[in-house]
Amino acid sequence: MLEIRSITQVFGGLTALLDVSFSLRQGEITGVIGPNGAGKTTLFNIISGIYRQTSGQIFLKDKNISGFPPERLARLGIVRTFQNIELFGQMSVLENVKVGLHTKSGCGIFSCSFKLPWHLAEERRITESARNWLDFCGISDLAEQRADSLPFGKGRLLEIARALAMEPQIMFMDEPAAGLNSRETQDLATLIRKIREAGITVVLVEHDMELVMDVCDRILVLNLGEKLAEGTPREIQENQAVIAAYLGEG
Amino acid sequence: MKRELLKFLILALLVAILPMLLSGSYLLNVLIFVGIHTMLAVALNLLLGFAGQISLGHAGFFGLGAYASGILTSTYGINPWIAMTAAAAVVTLLAFAIGFPILKLKGHYLAMATLGLGIIFFIVFNEAVNLTGGPSGLSGIPSLKAGSLTFDNDLKNYALIWLFTLGTVLLSVNLANSRIGRALRAIHDSEVAARVMGVNARLLKVQIFALSACISTIAGSLYAHTMGFISPTSFGFNFSVELVTMVIIGGLGSIYGSLVGAFILTILPEALRTFQDYDIIIYGLILILMTMYLPGGLVRGIPAVLARFRSAGKQEG
Amino acid sequence: MPIFDQLTQYLFSGLATGAIYALIGLGFAIIYNATGIINFAQGEFVMLGGMFTLSLLGGAGLPLGGAVPVAIILTTVVGMVFERLAIRPLKSATPLSLVIITIGGSILIRGIAMLGWDKDTHSLPGFSGDEPIEMFGASLMPQHLWIFVVTIFVIGCSKLFFNYTVSGKAMRACSYNSRAASLIGIDVRRMVLFSFIISSAMGSLAGIIIAPLTMTAYDVGIMLGLKGFCAAIIGGMSSGFGTVLGGLLLGILESLGAGLISSGYKDAIAFVILLLILFIRPQGLFKKAETERV
Repeated sequence: MLEIRSITQVFGGLTALLDVSFSLRQGEITGVIGPNGAGKTTLFNIISGIYRQTSGQIFLKDKNISGFPPERLARLGIVRTFQNIELFGQMSVLENVKVGLHTKSGCGIFSCSFKLPWHLAEERRITESARNWLDFCGISDLAEQRADSLPFGKGRLLEIARALAMEPQIMFMDEPAAGLNSRETQDLATLIRKIREAGITVVLVEHDMELVMDVCDRILVLNLGEKLAEGTPREIQENQAVIAAYLGEG
Repeated sequence: MKRELLKFLILALLVAILPMLLSGSYLLNVLIFVGIHTMLAVALNLLLGFAGQISLGHAGFFGLGAYASGILTSTYGINPWIAMTAAAAVVTLLAFAIGFPILKLKGHYLAMATLGLGIIFFIVFNEAVNLTGGPSGLSGIPSLKAGSLTFDNDLKNYALIWLFTLGTVLLSVNLANSRIGRALRAIHDSEVAARVMGVNARLLKVQIFALSACISTIAGSLYAHTMGFISPTSFGFNFSVELVTMVIIGGLGSIYGSLVGAFILTILPEALRTFQDYDIIIYGLILILMTMYLPGGLVRGIPAVLARFRSAGKQEG
Repeated sequence: MPIFDQLTQYLFSGLATGAIYALIGLGFAIIYNATGIINFAQGEFVMLGGMFTLSLLGGAGLPLGGAVPVAIILTTVVGMVFERLAIRPLKSATPLSLVIITIGGSILIRGIAMLGWDKDTHSLPGFSGDEPIEMFGASLMPQHLWIFVVTIFVIGCSKLFFNYTVSGKAMRACSYNSRAASLIGIDVRRMVLFSFIISSAMGSLAGIIIAPLTMTAYDVGIMLGLKGFCAAIIGGMSSGFGTVLGGLLLGILESLGAGLISSGYKDAIAFVILLLILFIRPQGLFKKAETERV
């Protein structure tokens, strides 16, 4: 459903990505792995519209979405989470998720300031829906807390809940297990499967190999900005080039 | 939601009974200024406190409103309400147009650009002598009228100004607690994450800039009609800084805080009349100390500080 | 006066004020490069230079050769104190709070100056008298020459400092990447203090050499500071020739605008240029746009 065609990204004189292509299949969980500096996060930043690639295109179901800004991608159902969780710290947990429902509501400055009836109805719907997503991620008891007071693991869940509230088609997760303990990582694996069951295509960049091999249907391996291999977890584990790249690193 | 309504009703009640408790036009006049300053501080807070975008040129928009109303009514004899509406509409469009390039800038650059914009307006107020009367000001601006009622004494002006101020406060509180308010605060905390959530940060920032300018312009028109006389000194860089100080005192993102900030900064110079020249030093100190030690502002900061003391006391006991 | 002579006249006075803007702009750029802060109090250093010199000449009765260095030192002390009290305690402040704090510092210094001196405008005698000199059909004040000489000297010194001394190189390293700089053992906090010292010294010197031409008062810092910033923006915030060219360009445009269009709107020229540059070429006139890695 999402197709990436020969993406290249150059920063100054440094080539971060070189001619990378791959495509996502609906309803699958894809893992993107590779040693540090392989270009995984750069790839995410390009797909989510934060960087503009030097060359190459991205297609969503035959629609060219290259260079769309993040807010436009959001409306097409592409969402991401961040490696160092980006919460809205001064807002409550519930409000954070409500921001995730921004595209699911439409009241503008005028109807919001004058509290017009449809705004009130919409607000009720938003609150209800936000609570559901907190429930989905198992953090509804934290609804009224300030987001910056959450422990890291809960913050991660909140970020996922907020992204899910958008009801995306594709969700990109940048190192969702980073900073989590093993118990939390297991819960995360369960949650990721649950997200897939909800019909969302998931892509994750991850260093935790156990998690990647456990949940992913397919894996893309990057090394030094180039695509090294692509395949099922089993194929990747047996791929000599991949083993060499990882051993070579350290 | 109920609590917000209650807070607003208490404020409205206070505004209604205050003139009965006060005697003399001096105090009423001070309260009229509190009202105008509250409108301006709330307007700036929408931009600075919610969207996190600074403007050091808001005195310029205030001045545009005052001069547009003043010139249209006193020189061209246009009905004050029409003049006021026209001024607000034109300045809002202008702010919307300037907003796109100016809000692309961030942090220090935005501060300098808005500062420059404010100074350009200020220079025009001073130099376009044929229109504005130059440094010696513009006088003979008529009072507002509603049917047979002319707003020509302090009590009537008080009612008029505070009607607008209460309206501004109510609408801003509503906005703050809505989808738009949340999106603005999201931009403030993490613009990238807000955009990933589908918030069109660029457009929203420009819209709120225009709204903020619109409210400031209306405040300027009201100011011109209540005072009857305006001169450029009221709309300079110092006043822009004073507005920022009001917002900081009351707390970024706190609508009622802006009211408190406007109140304090209007009363303070009156109370310190004998030390008139000290006020600029005091503003400087307030800005530095508040930002360093009470970044949440008085309204939210003091309870937080008290809570810290209490919990410290508990630990010792 | 024939039009050609008139133009020469505008050009000379523009170059002189432009040199001043360049010095002030360099102060902005040096602090910005070391800390990422735009120091809104930069203009106040300029004001302090002029005002201290005035007091030292008049009140303390020092000769010019003594008053100028003492005034520079006093201003530098103010700059150091400001950095210590208001900038250093903030570890991870947002740009917004830094803007507010330096504005606070700026109006605080201005307020104290107003109380310490007065609200009047004062004139300072020219360093070598006030007899105009005829040159290329324009009449110059000796002070103009002083400005040219001092500015060239200061810019030369700063070039040498940044390129050939250990501290200068360390400061440049901080501006490229302060974390990396601290990893290789550069004391970044000292470099920040250093940048404030250099900027306040340069600013005060600019304030001193311009005062005989334009008079001085407690509030001259706002306009001079903003125009210095404008120079730095035209130059793309470089602490080298970009800003110098920016200052000279601004000075000349202003002087031509004042002479040929309207003297009342002279000050607006700088701000219109400032906005245009920020809107169209925020990286400055002379730099190529760089793709920035966020």
